[in-house]
Amino acid sequence: MDRVAVVGIGMVEIEGNKVRDTFETMVFSAVTRALADAGLEIGDIDNVITTSNDFWDGRTISCMAVGDASGARDKNVSCVEGDGTFGAFYGLARILSGSYGTTLVTAHSKGSQSVSSLITNAAFDPIYERTLGLDMITGSALQARAYMDATGTTSEHLAMVSVKNHGNAKGNPYAQLPMDLTVADVLSSEMIADPLHKLDCSPVSDGACAIILAREDRVPKAKTKSVWVKGVSFASDAYFLGDRDLTFSRSLAQAAKKAYAMAGIGDPARQVGLVECYDAFSYQELMWLEGLGICEKGRAKDLLSAGAFDKNGRIPVNASGGLLSGHPVIAAGLYRMAECVKSLRNGSSGKTAVAQGLNGVAGQSHCVWVLGDKP
Amino acid sequence: MDQDFAGIEPLVYESRIGIPYNWWAGDTATKFFTGLSSERVFYATRCDACNKTFLPPRKTCPLCFAKNLAWKPLAPKGAVTTFTVARRKLAALGDAEPPVFFALIKLDGADTAIAHRLGNVAEKDLAAGLRVRAVFAPEPKGGILDVLYFEPDK
Amino acid sequence: MGKRVAIVGTGQTMHKSHRPDVSGQELINEAVTAALADAELSIRDIDAIVIGNMDHFEGINYVDCWSVDGSGGTGRPIIKLTTGGTTGSTLAIGGYHLVASGMFDKVLIIGWEKNSESDTTGAITTAFDPIWDRLVFAGAIAGLAAEGMAYMTEFGITDRDAARVSVRDRRHAVNNPHAQLRKEITVEDVLASPMLSDPIHLLDVCPRTDGACAVIMASEHVAEKICPVPDWIWGTANRHTYTYVGDVNLGEIDSMKYAAAELFAKNGIKEPRKEIQVIELYQPYSFAGIIWIEAMGIVPRGKGSEYIWSGATDMGGELPINPSGGVIACNPIGATGLIRCAEAAMQVMGKADKRQVPDVTRAVSTGFGGCFWTDIILHGKNKPN
Repeated sequence: MDRVAVVGIGMVEIEGNKVRDTFETMVFSAVTRALADAGLEIGDIDNVITTSNDFWDGRTISCMAVGDASGARDKNVSCVEGDGTFGAFYGLARILSGSYGTTLVTAHSKGSQSVSSLITNAAFDPIYERTLGLDMITGSALQARAYMDATGTTSEHLAMVSVKNHGNAKGNPYAQLPMDLTVADVLSSEMIADPLHKLDCSPVSDGACAIILAREDRVPKAKTKSVWVKGVSFASDAYFLGDRDLTFSRSLAQAAKKAYAMAGIGDPARQVGLVECYDAFSYQELMWLEGLGICEKGRAKDLLSAGAFDKNGRIPVNASGGLLSGHPVIAAGLYRMAECVKSLRNGSSGKTAVAQGLNGVAGQSHCVWVLGDKP
Repeated sequence: MDQDFAGIEPLVYESRIGIPYNWWAGDTATKFFTGLSSERVFYATRCDACNKTFLPPRKTCPLCFAKNLAWKPLAPKGAVTTFTVARRKLAALGDAEPPVFFALIKLDGADTAIAHRLGNVAEKDLAAGLRVRAVFAPEPKGGILDVLYFEPDK
Repeated sequence: MGKRVAIVGTGQTMHKSHRPDVSGQELINEAVTAALADAELSIRDIDAIVIGNMDHFEGINYVDCWSVDGSGGTGRPIIKLTTGGTTGSTLAIGGYHLVASGMFDKVLIIGWEKNSESDTTGAITTAFDPIWDRLVFAGAIAGLAAEGMAYMTEFGITDRDAARVSVRDRRHAVNNPHAQLRKEITVEDVLASPMLSDPIHLLDVCPRTDGACAVIMASEHVAEKICPVPDWIWGTANRHTYTYVGDVNLGEIDSMKYAAAELFAKNGIKEPRKEIQVIELYQPYSFAGIIWIEAMGIVPRGKGSEYIWSGATDMGGELPINPSGGVIACNPIGATGLIRCAEAAMQVMGKADKRQVPDVTRAVSTGFGGCFWTDIILHGKNKPN
C-alpha cells in the first residue's frame, strides 16, 4: 500500500445555530482553512469527496450545495452519504487506486435547520418500527440500558464522561459547549429518556470540517508536519436493534481489528496513545472504547474512574471535548480525525491515535482510522 | 463586502418537505400483519442452516441468503430485553404523550427481539426479563400498531 | 500503483412500474443474488459493499444501514454513495476505486430505487436550492426542456428529430427482458403523446420504475479465475460542476464534454466513433440522444440529428447506442447509471443475448444527474496497460 498522509485540516467553530452561515459558506471556510493549514492551493487538489446527508440537509442531492464550495469545479468529485470518516475512506481509496495524488474531503451538517427527532425517526424501518415513534435518543437509550445492565456501568460513570469531555472542551477553540460540570450537575439535568439525562446527550450543532490527504510523493509540497494513515477499516452490524448484541459492538470490534492489523498494532490497549471516539452519548464513549479494544468488555468504567482517559491520563479520550461538546452529525467523524491530527502534530513523537466515526441508529456501522506521526 | 453585513439580521426561510410515501410492505410483511390481525400470532421465519428464528420475519436469511425460509408462528408472549422511558415530548412521538415506554421484546421461540411500546406497567416494575404479552387493537388496520403495546404477563 | 479492476458478474431485477410484492431491501436482494449467481460466487466471498439510491424517493434515512438484510451488509464493510441521477454510475466508479486501491478483492455494488413509493417530482424538487431555485425552477423535466429548447433554437432541429431517438430506444428495449417498456413506438406516436413541457412529449422521457441492479468487481489477480472473459474498467471520469440552475450552459452539456475528453485522452482514444463499438448512454429524454453524443465527441456539434437518422446508432449500425433500450424504457433512478455500466459490461463479456452487439472490444457507459452532471466509464475486453 502506498503511504498516504493527512497534510491539512480545517475546522469551523461548532455552534448551536450558525444563523449567518449556509452549508456553502461553512464548507468554504473549512476548505480555506485546510488549504492554508497545508500551505496548498486549490490547484494542488486532484479530486474531491464531499460528505453529506439528504435528510439532515432537507435536500435531495445534498452534495449539490457544496460542490463549488469544496472547489470541485472542473475536477473529478464524488459524494459519500454518511459520516465523514467514510468520506475520508473513499478519498483514501481514490489515492491508493493510483488515480489521484491528493484528495480534499469535506463534510458538513446544520442540525439547527431541522428536527433531529424526525430525521432520526426516518432511520427506523417504515414497515415494522417507524410509527412506534423511536428516534436516535430513545433508540440509543435502549442500547444504554442494555450496556449498563451487562457491564455494571452506572449513571455516575456516564456522568463522569460528560464532566470530563465538557471540561476538556475548555481547551478547544472550536467546541460548542465548554463547561465546568460536576457529576451532580449531570445527574440532576433533565431526564430525556432513561437512563439518558440531557447532559448525557450531545447537543444539536452546526459545523463543517475538511481534510486533505496526499500520497507520499505529493507530501513535500505541504508545509505542515504530516500525519500518516497507518490503518483504516469499516464494518456494519445487523440493522434491527433486536438483531444486535447491544452490549458490545461487534462491527466496531471487527473494523478496529482490521485497522490495527494494517497498522501492525497487536495490543491496542498499550500501543494506542490517544482516542477521539464517537461520544454522541456519554455511555457510547465507554462502549466504543471496549469495541476498539482499548480495554476489555465492561472495564471502561473502571479505567475512566481511575483517570486513564483524562487529558493527562494514560490514553486521553476525547481530549478535544468530543461530541458531547459539539456534534455536527456527518462532519463529526471528520472532526475526530482532524483533532487526532492536531494532537499528533503537537504531542510527543512516536504516538498512535485512533479516530472513529459511525452511521445508523446506536452505532450500526463503524469506521476506524489509525493515524501516526511517522510513516 | 463583509462590513456591509453589519446590522443585517439574517433571514431564516422556514419550509418543510411534504412528500407522500406508500411503502410496499411486500408479501412477507403482509403475511406477518395478516397473521397478527386475524390469528393474533407473530409469524417469524426460520433459517435452519443458521439455526435462527427471525422476528420481524425475513424473506431471505440475512446471514446466508437462504430462500424459502419456514414460517414459524409465535405466541404473543415474551420477555423485555431492554427498555427506556421517553420523558421529553420528542417530535418522533407524534401524538403520544410522555412518558412513553419503549422496549425490545424477545418473543418466546424467537432469536431476535422486536421494538415496541409497553403499557399498563408501573415504572418500578420495568426491568430486563419482565414477562410481557401483546395487547391487540380492537380494530386492526394492518400495521405494527395492530398491537397497541405489550403489558406485564402476570 | 493501483490494481486493475474487472466486472465479473452483473444482476438485475425485472424492472416494473410497481413492485408491491417486495419491500425495498427484498428488491435489492433479488439483484444481489442474481449478480452472485452470474459470477458463481456466494455472499461470503464479498469483501465490501457499495450501495446507493436517492433518499427522498423512499423516505428512508441511512439506507446503507437499513438495507443490510437484502445487501448482505451484516458483518461487512458497507458504504453509501449518492449523487442524484448519477448515483448508479457514481457507485460503479466507487466500486472501481475500492478494488483498485488494493484494500478489497471483491466488491459488490448495488443501485436501487422504488420510485413507486413516492412522488418522484416532489422529491426531485427538493434537490434545488431552497432559497434561489426551488420555488421558481425545479423538478427534472423543466431543466431538460430548457436544454432541448436551447439546442433546437441554435440548430433548427424539431421534436420530430428527437422522437427518432425514442423510437430507437423503445425498439431496442424489445430485446431486453429486464426493461420496463417493451413495446415499439413510432415517431407519430411520440409527436401525438401529450406535451409535458415544450418541447418534450410524454414519449420523449423516461418512465418511473421500481428496480435494482448489482455489479461485482474484482481485482486483477482474482478476476479471470472468477470469470474467463471479464469486463475490464479502463478508466472513469466525471464532472459535477453546477450548483445553481443558472450556472448551466444549456444546450451544450459541458460536464459530458470535459469528462469524456479527459477519459478518452487518458486512454489514448482519438476517434471515439471508430474506437468504441457500443455506448450505454444515460439518456433520460430523447433530445439528449442528439445533444450529448456531440458533447461526447462522437459527432461534431450540430451533426447529432443527422447521425441518428442515418441509423448508425441502431442495432446493426456503426455505433449502436442503448441496446438495452436505455433510460427511456426503464428508469429506477438510483440503479439507472449502474444498469448502464452492467449493460456495457454484458456487451464486453458477450452475455447480452438478443441485444448483443457483435465483436465489442470497447464500450462506454455514462451517468447523468444533479444539475447537468456527467459520469463516464470506459470498458474493454483487453486488460488495461
